[in-house]
Amino acid sequence: MISVGHYLAVSAVLFTLGVLGIFINRKNIIVILMAIELILLAVNINLVAFSAALGDLVGQVFSMFVLTVAAGEAAIGLAILVIYFRGRGTIAVDDANRMKG
Amino acid sequence: MIQVAAFWLFATLVIASAAMVIFARNPVHSVMWLILAFFNAAGLMLLAGAEFIAMLLVIVYVGAVAVLFLFVVMMLDIDFAELRAGFVRYLPLGALVAIILAAELVFAVGAWSAGGIDLAARAAPAVTDKSNIQQIGELLYTKYIFLFEAAGIVLLVAMIGAIVLTHRSRGGVRTQNISAQNQRRPEDATRLVDPGVGQGVQL
Repeated sequence: MISVGHYLAVSAVLFTLGVLGIFINRKNIIVILMAIELILLAVNINLVAFSAALGDLVGQVFSMFVLTVAAGEAAIGLAILVIYFRGRGTIAVDDANRMKG
Repeated sequence: MIQVAAFWLFATLVIASAAMVIFARNPVHSVMWLILAFFNAAGLMLLAGAEFIAMLLVIVYVGAVAVLFLFVVMMLDIDFAELRAGFVRYLPLGALVAIILAAELVFAVGAWSAGGIDLAARAAPAVTDKSNIQQIGELLYTKYIFLFEAAGIVLLVAMIGAIVLTHRSRGGVRTQNISAQNQRRPEDATRLVDPGVGQGVQL
């Protein structure tokens, strides 16, 4: 029988893979953005699993808001990526020092 | 029994494709694996009884976000081999952080299964005689209407921001001047002549 624990395990593995993806693809910002999407997906699975387990719909409503933020984040992130590439001709994260921060 | 088999199928595939997303050499392949991961996650949510969120996941993630990624990856001309450099160097640190994080998550799940903390009463108990989408709609358009509108504003700001960031006005483009077109009168534009027979017309 599948319990909420199974869902939490899948979500935990997915979250960990997302964090690992950020670390090992440190130069490629496109894959970093995809890893962030994976992390948000893991959060969504968690919310839905708890929503089903507790019989409470707020988790699913909240999951929709997470989805909204994920979509907005991807759009803005990729737009910044496109104008950065247009100006510099590269997307290597290590070379991103234009703001001298 | 088929639910259990479906769960293991979806769970295995979502984790395998998530691993392929971060380990794939070509970002185009990464996006393809990401799409597969989203489909399988939608299957998982379907099994949990959240049909609306599952369909939303397919529409929003696969239909919009993943295609956006694909578009950007294919539009930019990038030397991906150069970006792969340092992959092995970052692997030990990344693996260490990942292991610590996974241990933390396992610990948290264990603590939760051991009873956990008694939280406050449920905010919106699910009723069984209505469909999932109807329940979510009734909740979203009454209790969470302001949050829903705030989510719409977030999307609007993201849309305007993306357009403003990537829009560039090119010089030397001949565009339509509607005001000048409307102000033009027949007397200014045409000339009536009455040439004699055998004579040409001076234009």
